[in-house]
Amino acid sequence: MADRDQSEIGGEPLLRFRDDQPHDEPAVTLDAFLADQTPEPSGATAVRLEAGDDARALLPHLDRLALIEVSFPTFRDGRGYSAARILREAGYSGELRAAGDVLVDQLPLMRRCGFDSFAPEAEIDAATLRRSLSRYDYRYQRGADPIAPVWKLRGG
Amino acid sequence: MYRYDHYDQSIVDARVDEFRDQVTRRLSGQLTEDQFKPIRLMNGLYLQLHAYMLRVAIPYGTLDSRQMRMLGSIARDHDRGYGHFTTRQNLQFNWIKLEETPDILAKLATVEMHAIQTSGNCIRNISSDQFAGAAADEVADPRPWAELIRQWSTFHPEFSYLPRKFKIAVIAADEDRAAMRLHDIGIQLVERDGLLGARIYVGGGMGRTPMIAPLIRDFVAADDLMSYLEAALRVYNRYGRRDNIYKARIKILVHEIGADAYRAQVEEEFAAVKQLGLDPPAAELARITAMFAAPPFDPAAPAEIDRTDPDFALWLDQNVRAHKAPGYSIVTISLKPVGGIPGDATADQIDLVADLAERHSFDELRVTHAQNLVLPHVRTSDLHAIWQQLADAGLAEPNLDLATDIIACPGLDYCSLANARSIPLAQKLSERLAPVQHNLGELKMKISGCINACGHHHAGHIGILGVDKKGTENYQLSFGGSGAEDVSLAKITGPGFDEDGVVDAVERATDTYRTLREPGERFLDTYRRVGMQPFKEAIYG
Ligand code: SF4
Repeated sequence: MADRDQSEIGGEPLLRFRDDQPHDEPAVTLDAFLADQTPEPSGATAVRLEAGDDARALLPHLDRLALIEVSFPTFRDGRGYSAARILREAGYSGELRAAGDVLVDQLPLMRRCGFDSFAPEAEIDAATLRRSLSRYDYRYQRGADPIAPVWKLRGG
Repeated sequence: MYRYDHYDQSIVDARVDEFRDQVTRRLSGQLTEDQFKPIRLMNGLYLQLHAYMLRVAIPYGTLDSRQMRMLGSIARDHDRGYGHFTTRQNLQFNWIKLEETPDILAKLATVEMHAIQTSGNCIRNISSDQFAGAAADEVADPRPWAELIRQWSTFHPEFSYLPRKFKIAVIAADEDRAAMRLHDIGIQLVERDGLLGARIYVGGGMGRTPMIAPLIRDFVAADDLMSYLEAALRVYNRYGRRDNIYKARIKILVHEIGADAYRAQVEEEFAAVKQLGLDPPAAELARITAMFAAPPFDPAAPAEIDRTDPDFALWLDQNVRAHKAPGYSIVTISLKPVGGIPGDATADQIDLVADLAERHSFDELRVTHAQNLVLPHVRTSDLHAIWQQLADAGLAEPNLDLATDIIACPGLDYCSLANARSIPLAQKLSERLAPVQHNLGELKMKISGCINACGHHHAGHIGILGVDKKGTENYQLSFGGSGAEDVSLAKITGPGFDEDGVVDAVERATDTYRTLREPGERFLDTYRRVGMQPFKEAIYG
């Protein structure tokens, strides 16, 4: 995994696990993005998905996108985890950012769902984050990350 | 039994370390209670009325003597000397100190146990048939499949923040001993063309809006199961309601869009997900299945029993069931002494049962969803000796499936959500019905202290629900539920009662049954035949 890169965007702390530069075009809403695809795409390259938005609507346009931001209005709302999986499974390789009520204890699972960038509302303690991301040596199931599940390791 | 390898152990040990870190951050104020709550809940730690409660997972209700003794020792060292077996085949400690929980989890980890996902809005501990591996009517032992699902669902990256809790049961017989269709997903293993597969029911549950799960797929092959479950959960995670916790269970989604629309969406998702290589190879299920191989039964074990002692004979008839191996029996140990607290066991009782399992049951024990314990593989010739030891410890109540074998949730004595007490009512009912229970025959009585229905009252032949009526405890009575293969939901009789009133009403109903029953009919059968009216007249008339 790429080293964590702590930078800021618009004054907000941003945690990134990518080697490229943060995308700085403002993200448009899903509705605005979709409305702009007909008849001619406008060229927006960053979209923000609200928790209730259907990520599948983006699938025909993934190659035009450099940033998809998924909103977590509260850390209890887990719809964004599925949105991330769906986008990664469809082959999206651009920046996938979790924004909003993103807490350190949720971050390892978000990484497994394919998020590689985080814009948490409240600051995340660096030492706690380091522990939390390195704590588990093994995973039971396949995720959107390249980690081999234990059934694969057991297979030798 | 399943045994951890170093991968399983490493994951459980890491979880202890993680929780220790989280508790430290909570105690130092780094985590607010609001932020800590879902974290502790995902590890089975609840804040009850008087103390913390820790719910320990007993995957598919199976454990060995070493694990059982550890539960006894934790009960002694960290609780008040007892534990409470739950309707989800788990164990709860009711008097736990937050600071001690990391150490308790560390102790559990030394015997391959944990509290992972015993609460919270995630996939909970997988439940199963308590007679698995011992019953003659199963097509296979369901537990290897349950273990496969346990591993898949543990710290699932996508499904740890679901709209609500999510419960899965796996059975493998036509007789349903696990209330399978009252689960979010119920799985029945079936055989087709010589191959084992899963029949999938989705959207059952109790709570405020009880529902019986409809059949969603007739057959899923073993090597498709994880992909199929992934698809079934993903559709739920995407559409399940988050605006109203009473409408957030998958049963509401399936009901609102309809089983056909839900099925179609799952199929579409399954087709995509199946390409991703999420399913473990057949070798993994085979590896797990090998650990559940039948113990070395003695083919020469004698089948005769000396029934001259009438008390022993009564217990035999009520609490002992036929085993698939000749000369062996399945013993259910009742945790429902007359007038006692359903599901409670003292540390000494826990130790005794551990000893019996080690000596007489190939070191295996089960917990049932009716809050009893099972010695699954007992030599029939050992039954008398076992019965004597159980009787000495107050564990030989011959009441399996009778009126005093009551399921009751913790209710207002412990639970912060309760409207009414369940335990004292269970105790009163038990005392009232004990003299006639053998005459009444099978009668499943279930009590919940609030609409959340942890006491399964919707599935009771007689169900009782505690409600709050202008600040006083009130009980709603209902008849006709069943959690078995003849699954049905109980119907409310009419206006509610106070505690003594509901005990009287139950007695009038059982008297009515005794006058109306035809030979061989259980209470439930008579109710189904004659309907509510005669009972209503007896109760309210
Ligand atoms: S049914 Fe209600 S009172 Fe009983 S344990 Fe569940 S939440 Fe608590």
